[in-house]
Amino acid sequence: MVEVKRKKTTFRDIVNKIGFPTIFIGGFWILLLIAGGALGISVITLLSDTIKRAGMNGILVLAMVPSIQSGTGPNFALPVGVVCGLFALVCSIEFGFTGWAWLFVSIAFAIPLATLVGYLYGRLLNAVKGSEMTIATYTGFSIVAAMCLAWLMIPFQSPNMGWFIGKGLRETIQLDAIGGAHILSNFLRFSLFGEKGFITINGESGIIIPTGMLLIFFICCIIVWLYFRSKSGIAISAGGINPKFAQSSGINIDRCRIKANVLSTILGAIGIIVYSQGYGYAQLYTAPLMMAFAAVAAVLIGGASASRAKVSHVIIGVLIYQGLFTTALPVANQLFEGTDLSEILRMVIQNGIILYALTQVKGGDN
Amino acid sequence: MSDNLLSLKNVSKEYSGNKVLKDINIELKRGEIHALIGENGAGKSTLMNILFGMSVIHTTGGFEGTIEIEGKEANIKSPHDAMDYGIGMVHQEFMLIPGFTIMENIKLNREITKPNLVSSIFGKRLETLNIKRMNEDTRKALDLLDMDIEEYVQVAGLPVGHMQFIEIAREIDKTGLKILVFDEPTAVLTETEAANLLKAMKKLAQKGIGILFISHRLDEIIEVADAVTVLRDGEHVATKNIEDTNKYEIAQLMVGRSITLDREEGLNRNIVDETILDIKNLHVAMPGERVKGVDLKVKKGEIVGIGGLAGQGKLGIANGLMGIFPAKGEVEFKGKKSALNDPKSAIKSGMAFVSEDRKGVGLLLDESIESNIVFSAMQINNEFLNNFGPVKLKDSAKIREHANKMIKDLDIRCTSSMQRVGSLSGGNQQKVCVARALTLNPELLLVSEPTRGIDIGAKKLVLDLLKQLNNEGMTIIMTSSELAELRSICDRILIICEGKVEGELPPDAPDAEFGLMMSGSGNGNSEGREA
Repeated sequence: MVEVKRKKTTFRDIVNKIGFPTIFIGGFWILLLIAGGALGISVITLLSDTIKRAGMNGILVLAMVPSIQSGTGPNFALPVGVVCGLFALVCSIEFGFTGWAWLFVSIAFAIPLATLVGYLYGRLLNAVKGSEMTIATYTGFSIVAAMCLAWLMIPFQSPNMGWFIGKGLRETIQLDAIGGAHILSNFLRFSLFGEKGFITINGESGIIIPTGMLLIFFICCIIVWLYFRSKSGIAISAGGINPKFAQSSGINIDRCRIKANVLSTILGAIGIIVYSQGYGYAQLYTAPLMMAFAAVAAVLIGGASASRAKVSHVIIGVLIYQGLFTTALPVANQLFEGTDLSEILRMVIQNGIILYALTQVKGGDN
Repeated sequence: MSDNLLSLKNVSKEYSGNKVLKDINIELKRGEIHALIGENGAGKSTLMNILFGMSVIHTTGGFEGTIEIEGKEANIKSPHDAMDYGIGMVHQEFMLIPGFTIMENIKLNREITKPNLVSSIFGKRLETLNIKRMNEDTRKALDLLDMDIEEYVQVAGLPVGHMQFIEIAREIDKTGLKILVFDEPTAVLTETEAANLLKAMKKLAQKGIGILFISHRLDEIIEVADAVTVLRDGEHVATKNIEDTNKYEIAQLMVGRSITLDREEGLNRNIVDETILDIKNLHVAMPGERVKGVDLKVKKGEIVGIGGLAGQGKLGIANGLMGIFPAKGEVEFKGKKSALNDPKSAIKSGMAFVSEDRKGVGLLLDESIESNIVFSAMQINNEFLNNFGPVKLKDSAKIREHANKMIKDLDIRCTSSMQRVGSLSGGNQQKVCVARALTLNPELLLVSEPTRGIDIGAKKLVLDLLKQLNNEGMTIIMTSSELAELRSICDRILIICEGKVEGELPPDAPDAEFGLMMSGSGNGNSEGREA
């Protein structure tokens, strides 16, 4: 009797530790994988796609950590960072860089740009304490709209980016033309369980591991992890948990919040460059509009709350979230032929998760 | 039946096994002003919560004893019941809507209406307001209070004195009002406003309304009340007719304690004749604890106590010095002018603060003991860090070592230095706060309410710790609501009243003098003290 009871509490402890939504969504993903296998869809392809998409989205999700830790909530203004990254990326193309040079110049230009914009955005957040998440959402929407104009008006000449008729930049820019597509993904790429054996270098079948892309994701993870063990990072976390405590220890909270949002914006900018090369296309205009929501949902599924997030939440979250949707699409298409149910499912789960997490925010910390 | 309007008989109340009220008996006659006095935590608010049937009483198991109104047992289950029985309350904080006129505020939710076409179809809620009759009613209530202000004036922008009167007017406008409770009504008023209020109270009493007057201003009580009941630590100490007593006796009854912490003289007191802290005309805008011009000199090696009732500003002093609330004035620390409104420079100059708000300001409850202990030192003094060029990462080994030393030195009861602070007991949380302050190696330690919310055994440990630190040469300013603990360790005690220093007493001064000073009537007796 006693034994049974103890076992029960341990199970509950595990659920509490990982978090119910994480386990529920993770379980659902595994269920879908099994269903997919039973329906004759290649599980290996599904896993391969999952890893690819997780690598593409990883840094964008990581951008949530600094802003959540600083107490400004999930960075719903991720599009701010994203357009910085896109702008750096198109500038790099315009100046004629190709291949690796294009990638490095894009990132090198994105960082100072995102720092400046992130600083201004941080100032804005400090002016609207208490309603950061709402303001962030609309900041994101506004900047995407403003940039729609900019993409049209910008006097860039590169034939790789312009419309065939008229002025302005194309909606999707193919990165093949400048040798930028999959440049990171193909770096040290190998595949597991392919046709040619357990591990194949540069393999095309099996579970393809985009080593370069994953590497840069993990490097960013380590940097963020280290940063939150540094003096400045600890000050940001303390200011996020208990502003009064931090203030009484002589910490300038407003500056901490600005620092965190600068970091978040930079990660958003780098994230979109990595995303674009993995996708093979850079998407301009309204494409970044909803990017924040997927990233917010991913970090929350990973176990973060709207006031506390760790790097581990990012890694778990991006895997489960992207896994769920890469798997749900083909499985749903098999089950309900000719319907767009998977997209509906995606919206329900993505927004449901955000809604759930926001209801869990404990008030009174401001 | 009898002359008694309200009688509380043997009223007791427990909060989870902790008796906060023991056998209180109060009788209020028609037309009587009955004062209720006691220190903070004496049980005044609990008693009022019972009288008004507040839900906090019923959700924690109700109370014992009976309440009788006009000789009949009353069963008050909610504030609404209390209103039906004719009990009204004038709140300390005004519950008025600024954008409404005086009449609208007074008549809110008790509007007089007349039917119209729409309401005959859709019901009573849509009836037209009878502005004329409401204005007449309001006029009557205002006239009773000698207020010559127009009833259609907006409340916003009126002086606080007027707002207080509008609150009273609202209560007396209610039909069938028999008992009116005033909860420290003069705390926010100027002297003339307060005098007017007392006059109004007398006038109301003459109309046959029974008044319960909660106040800690002894002079007012002597002036206006017919009888006074003193509460102390939830016990009914005495009820006296005002003619039979004086403020000296009331003060003594209020402060005198059955349990006292013994004072043992420190063996090696090493007070140096060197002023370490010199405060001149300090003003602090801490909400609810405003400081309005305090002068204080502290000698090196002293333990200075700051006492007084809640809301008088004693807590504001330390918070102002540490830059947590906006402050102005002149502060010299160690002979150098100290910048106000800058927590960082205050900590850097050698001051450390243990806040009265342990859970709010003092601790990161979800973080480990060790993170809490080293946090300030790491941020301000760059300790416990490993430097890699410009990158400063925390030095976990050093942090662990220091935390373990503190845990041992201060005897913090915990499973390890990694334990969450939120899961510690109150006394141990307090020790973590002290440990964080000590990690800064301060020369001056400011401690506010060090024993709030911790049990009696832990209290002694915390006080002993402060004494021990003082013996090792640290200067301490301790702010506390508990006079007994100030008297047990301080060299001298300042009593703060209305944001200013009311006076200074040695710890062995008689109870009554402390009581008088806390009530703001210390100056009258100062000659007696010197003698």
